[in-house]
Order: sequence, then C-alpha cells, then structure tokens
Amino acid sequence: MARTVDAGDVESAARLIAFGMRPKQLPARDVAYAELVRRFTEDRSFKQTTHAVAAGLGLMVLDVSMQAGAVLAATDESVFEIKMDGYARQSKIRERRDTEKVLHGLIHLAVAALGYPRPDDLANDTYIGRVSVEQVDGMVREACRVLDERAAKAERNNDPLAESPELEQAWRAFARRPSTAATKDGRLASDTTRGMVTRALRFLTEQGFLVQVNEEYGGTFRTTPRYQVQVRELAADAAFDELLRLNVVSVATNDGSLRQAAPETLG
Amino acid sequence: MQDDRTGGADSRVDEGLTRRLKALACTAPLHELDARKTKLDWADARVYQMAEIGLHAIDQVTIAMDFDAGADHREIVHRLRPFIAAQAPNRLAEEHERVARWVLDNLINVGTTDRGFHRVYGDVDERGRYVRRSFDFKLLIEFAGSAGQVYLRSSDEAINVLVGALDTDVESAQIAAEVKLDNLIKRGRLADAKLAAEQARYRTVQYGEILRAKLDATRRDVRAVDWEQEIPELIDSALAHIETRFRAENGVLRNITTARDESEDPDHKRRAAELVEIVADCIGRHTQLQSRLQAAGATFRAEQDRQQFSGPPQRATLDLFGQLLMPSLGLSLHDAVSPTEAYFNAAAGVTVPPVPALSSLVSLLLRPSAEREEFVGEVDEPELLPAETTDRFTDEQWRYADELLDLPDVPRRLSGLLAEARSVDRDVARLIALRALHAYSPEVGAAYRAGDAGTLLAVDDGTELDDAEFGGADLLLITAGLRSEPEAQPGSTLDADEGEVAV
Repeated sequence: MARTVDAGDVESAARLIAFGMRPKQLPARDVAYAELVRRFTEDRSFKQTTHAVAAGLGLMVLDVSMQAGAVLAATDESVFEIKMDGYARQSKIRERRDTEKVLHGLIHLAVAALGYPRPDDLANDTYIGRVSVEQVDGMVREACRVLDERAAKAERNNDPLAESPELEQAWRAFARRPSTAATKDGRLASDTTRGMVTRALRFLTEQGFLVQVNEEYGGTFRTTPRYQVQVRELAADAAFDELLRLNVVSVATNDGSLRQAAPETLG
Repeated sequence: MQDDRTGGADSRVDEGLTRRLKALACTAPLHELDARKTKLDWADARVYQMAEIGLHAIDQVTIAMDFDAGADHREIVHRLRPFIAAQAPNRLAEEHERVARWVLDNLINVGTTDRGFHRVYGDVDERGRYVRRSFDFKLLIEFAGSAGQVYLRSSDEAINVLVGALDTDVESAQIAAEVKLDNLIKRGRLADAKLAAEQARYRTVQYGEILRAKLDATRRDVRAVDWEQEIPELIDSALAHIETRFRAENGVLRNITTARDESEDPDHKRRAAELVEIVADCIGRHTQLQSRLQAAGATFRAEQDRQQFSGPPQRATLDLFGQLLMPSLGLSLHDAVSPTEAYFNAAAGVTVPPVPALSSLVSLLLRPSAEREEFVGEVDEPELLPAETTDRFTDEQWRYADELLDLPDVPRRLSGLLAEARSVDRDVARLIALRALHAYSPEVGAAYRAGDAGTLLAVDDGTELDDAEFGGADLLLITAGLRSEPEAQPGSTLDADEGEVAV
C-alpha cells in the first residue's frame, strides 16, 4: 500500500488542479496544461496523487480531458462551493426566498435541458448544444403550459390554496412571473424570468460552461465540453437523487420523454 | 382521501360559481382604477372615467396583437390620448398622457414582482371543507420582441372579459357571432352589428394566438409538439375555419358595402363604413393566418432536420427535460427547493474564494470612486395606499388621556396620572407616559402656529419614577397657555420664540 510520492509530482498535481480552477483556460491553448492532462490520462499514480490533492482541498476531479481540461467540483462545505443562497441573494425581500431559489434552480436546469435535449446529446462527447435567452424562457413556459393543460383536464379544482403558498406548484410560480418588463432605462428587469435566464447564462459563461456566440434571441450561447461533464457526471444525478428521495420517479427512453417525431418522416 | 360522511356532490360549490367568481375578479382591477383615481396627487383625476380608459387600452392592445408582436407602451399611450382628451378637453396634453400611462401601468400592475393580479376565492374541497384558493391573473402582459424591445399583449383573461363571452368555445362562439351579425344587418341594426364584428375580430386574434404558441414551440423543440396527430388536425381545422370565415366575411362585406352605399341616413352610412373597415381588417388577419399555416409544414421539416439527427445511444444518461425539469416543475415550491438546489450546487462549478493581499487592498482603498455619468432618470414616486389601521390607541383612549392631561392650574406628577389611568385602562397609562415624554420637549412653535390655546409641559425636578412598567424621572406635568405676541410684524418670520409661554 505504502508508496512514496515525489514532491515534484504533488506540485504538478496541484498545478493541474489550479488550471482546473481557471475554467476558461484550455489544454489546447496551453502547452504546460496539455502536458499535465496527458500525464493524468497516462500515469496512474499521478492520477491518484491528483485525486488525493483535490480531496484534501475539498474538491472532486470529475474528469480530465484535452477538450474539457480538468473539471472540478466542490464537495459539501468546501470553501470552493458556490451556494444557492449567495446566488439568489439579489431578490426582493418581500418575495419568499424559497420561490426565488426554486426559480433560479429551475432556470439552470432548463439551460442544461435545452443544451442537451436528448440523453444521447449528454452522452456524446462531441455534441455541442446551443441555448439562447429566448429559448430557455420559452421552453420552460411551454412546459408550464403543458402542465397547466394537464391540470385543467383534471377534474378537481387545483388552484393554489391561499393559506399555504408554499404548496403551490413550481410551474405556477414560474408562469406567473413576467418574462419581461419595461423599465425606465430600457434595461432588462432582473426579477423577470428573462432577466434571471440572462443572469444564469452569463454566470455559466463566467464559469467556462458556455461561450457566447452572438446577441441574437436575447443572447445565444454554445455549450462547452466542461459543461457536459459537469452536468453528466454530477449535477443531473444530484438532482435525480433528490427527486428519488421525494418519490418522484420517471423512466427515460433513449429518445427522451419529449414527444418523438415519427422517424420515417426523416426519410 | 374519500370521506363517507360528506354529502358528496351536493356540498360542492358549483363549478359555474367558481368560473363566475374568477370572471368577476378580472373586472376588479378596472373598478379599482376608478376607486383610486381620487388619491392621485398630480392631477384632479375625478373627471376621467378610468375604467373606460382601461377597457379602451385593452381594446387597443388586443387589436395591435398579431403573429409577431403587439404594440409597445408608447404606441398604446399615443392611441389612448384622443380618447382621454375627449373626456377632459380643458386639461393639458401632458396630463392626458400621464393618465394614459397611469392606467396602462395599473393594468400591467407595475410595482409587483409578478406584474399581475391576485384574488382569493372560496371553494369546497373533496372533503366538503371550505377552502380559500388564490387566483392569479394578468390583464396586459409584457413580452420581449426579437430585438429585445418590450411590447404588450392582452391576456386570455383580458380578452375573455373584454368580449364578455366567458368560458366559451372559440369556434362555436364565432359561428354564433356570425349568425347574429347577418341577422342584425338584415334588420338594419348596424350599431349591434359593429359590436358583433368586433367580437369576431377578437375571436380571430385569440385563435391566432393558439397557433402562434404551437409554432413557437415547434421552433424550440420539434418533439414538444405532436406533429403526428395534433398539429395536422389543428392546421386542417384552422384552414377549414378560415375558408368558412372568408366566405362569411366576404358575404358580410358585400352586404354592408351595399348597405353603406345605399343608406340615406348619414349616421347609418358612417357606421356601415366603420363596419366595412373592421370586416376588411378581419379578412386581412385571416390571410395572414393562412400564410402562416402554409409555412408551418416547412418550419416543421426544417426544424426536424436541424434537431433530429443523432447517433445511437452511447451510455446511460438522464433525460434532463423529462426526468428532471418536468418533475421539478410539477413539485410544490416547498418540495422543489431540494432538487433544484442540489442541481445548482452541483452544476455551478467551483469558485475561487478571494484572498485579499495587503498591496492590492491599499490600492483598492485609494482608488477614487467611479463617477456616475449615466443616470437612469427620475425615481418613480410610489403610490401609497393609507394603511388600514394606523391608530395604536382608540379615540376613547385619547379622549380619556386628554381629560387627565388637562391641567390648567396645578401641576401633577406623572406617577399619580399613571395610577389613575391604569385604574381604567392599561393602554391609557401607556399613552399618558408617551405624551408626558413628548411634553418634555414641547414643540411650542408648532403649537403656536397651529393656533392651539395651550400645550402640555413636562418638568423634571429630579424625583425618580417608581413604577412597575415605566422608568425614569417622575415628571411634573402642567398645561401651559399660549398667548400670541400682539406686536408681531406682519410678514416677519414666525419662530418658536415668538409664542410666549405663560405657565
């Protein structure tokens, strides 16, 4: 079991992690970074050292590849963790905090769902998705509309109870929030859904998960391999586990749960 | 869930009642406009019929709606101005514009986070208990255009309230309106005919909205929309619908054009001309709808090509939309916190906590503050409604306190007053204590300007107050009379010193 670790190796491993903390830096653009990535993939003991250094710092190495670089995630209570409470802080005081958190979370989920519409897209390393502010907002609203129709078909009146707003379904809160609002200075109001989507996309761009392509449709972005790894290896499962805990289980098909167009129409 | 003790269907509130309550709620914002107009401080707004202006605004927005956009705020304000000016021709144009903007802001309900309205109504749940449910709705909705500009559309609720046909089937109502119109023209009742034609136009707009939403959804994701059954059926029925409408409206157009040309009565002539305009507009809208329908198939094929190609599944992954987003949306806000937060924490990546270095901290502190060059503009003055109950103490308590504190001749100690007050009402004692404290630094000048005959004075002679509830000095209280200075020069500034206090 006991093995001696060269101090130089530890330094290299730490440097690889340091590269991973600069999400916009890519191995393809940095020879030193590329060399460390190559070592990680070829040298098993170096890989172990890197994992150990990361664990000590409160980090997980999700993946290291030439396309994505070193993709890291923070473990619970790590200093590197980004908290939802901090992210959703700007909301107005009179709004319930939970509502704000849920809306932000849903928007982040929707960004990924639009970036990788089918399970295949998430699995395929070469897939690059596109998202825009307009599309993300539109997709969630469409989903809300479907749920609204479903609710309308149900016999019972299921308008939310006035006494217990926390039992209101999330889609109602989203559907009620305006998608945009005119402000005096012509900026996007931040508490509208489009404002929140814009914020999410900018935030993800800062984190090296998206790259802005152009300004069309309120801002169009493409996904990066790093984002794919992050969503596939960690985030999707984390949310799914929580849903399982709440006994919300849905079975996936290979084509995704959205309605599939008849394949023969392709011919 | 089931409870046998309840009376079942009998105890349930009629569904129609709920529908009517909701319909009624939709009109409330319009009534509120008139109720609140007297509170406006920038104009005497009593001359304006705010509900009328509100309805007119919704009309204008609805008419401006088509497939691509609606009208922006400025345009609606512009269109409302002649209508408002007619109500108060003597007022300034700026005021008319301000009224228009006020009505528009209130219909959007600017100032609330959701920019909508909220009403609570009662219902009976499956166990026969009375429950309060909330009904959220909007009248005017703000949408973002393709270039990022904001424009307005009327909500379904607004259109339904507007046309007064609540909860009816779009198509059958249209046919009904059509029959009515033909009848009316035959009987020569053009005013009603115009109304029916306008209703037909709103119906057309509403019908177009459904199609627009479907096409938008297709553009986003082909599979979100059922192109095997639902859409072809929708397109077929819409095309059939347009065909019959074309026939009907062309017939109506012919009839009324004849009526217009043959009518002798100038009023009839004018009304018929208006009707011709509306029907012509309807036909224009149908043409637009039809061209969209024809392009729909091509949109679908192009989007399918763009979205559909993919290889065989490679490894097991989750379906983000179906397995995560949809279930999360369906959860209650309370339950949805944990999955969405778990997703966010895992998907947000890592942050590098900033560590301040002394050298950078010093330069940061020495950096001159950035000058703000661009200002957003004036801050909106919020419209404040008076709080419902501002009085901590009742009138009765005030009156009793007044009696106790009326001390024109002999000063009394606070302790004695408190004891007397407490024998009646604990709250009066609290009021006495507060007023005594206030009297320690009496606003003589203010009392003098207000023309009061006297003011309460409190003097501290060093005695401690021995009281279970209050602490401090046992003040001596007396009412001091105020006498105005007879030689005060007219026009000289009044200050506190000029009121002479006579103890």
